[in-house]
Amino acid sequence: MAYQANGKTVETDEEGYLVNINEWSEEVAGEIAKAEQIAMSPEHWEVVNFLREYYSEYQIAPAIRVLTKAISKKLGAEKGSNKYLYELFPYGPAKQACKIAGLPKPTGCV
Amino acid sequence: MMDEDRTDEAEGGSGIVKKFMYVNRKAPYGTVYALEVLEMVLISAAFDQDVHLVFTDDGVFELKKGMETAGIGMKNFSNTYRALEGYDIEKLYVDQESLDERGLAEADLIVPVTVLSRAEMAKLMGEMDVILSA
Repeated sequence: MAYQANGKTVETDEEGYLVNINEWSEEVAGEIAKAEQIAMSPEHWEVVNFLREYYSEYQIAPAIRVLTKAISKKLGAEKGSNKYLYELFPYGPAKQACKIAGLPKPTGCV
Repeated sequence: MMDEDRTDEAEGGSGIVKKFMYVNRKAPYGTVYALEVLEMVLISAAFDQDVHLVFTDDGVFELKKGMETAGIGMKNFSNTYRALEGYDIEKLYVDQESLDERGLAEADLIVPVTVLSRAEMAKLMGEMDVILSA
């Protein structure tokens, strides 16, 4: 599987996660989101950017429980809820948002 | 000394909480043990168990600050130990003698730990329900 963005081909694994995180760009994110049938709003970007920051700090994609806790701390309890995140990313925030953010699949996420 | 099995009511479950200990004895790179244990610990965090991490022998190098892995083409996973706190894994123990033998001190480590003597470590191990060593 692969995405096309800015005239370049970006490789993914069979589940659609980027093979090389360094190939991520906002355009690539837009293409992945399109494939996931998600219309990116500022709220979506907020979560995606949060995940990218988390990854650059800790070198892992967080488990959902850890993600909600960390988002509560930074963006407020209202946004750090499963409900809020599932409304944005119906197929699972950890799974879908991580994919759009170019991160590997979260550890322990089957 | 063994606590009675405590029950976990927070998630509406009634799972038994056991004392788990993961013993890290190898240097972080060169073999896959350190990374595999770390991933196992992160996954096990989802099961709300009482997790203890031990770093002894060359395992103390896993927590050494300032690792540079670009030259060996490996991902530097040192900073992932700093994420453990967010997973509510905060019981990290380091063997004093292993630090001493390698010229390391607590200040060289990337996360807060409890430094124990061999005798204290042995006593702590005796209190565990499950010990996994790698």
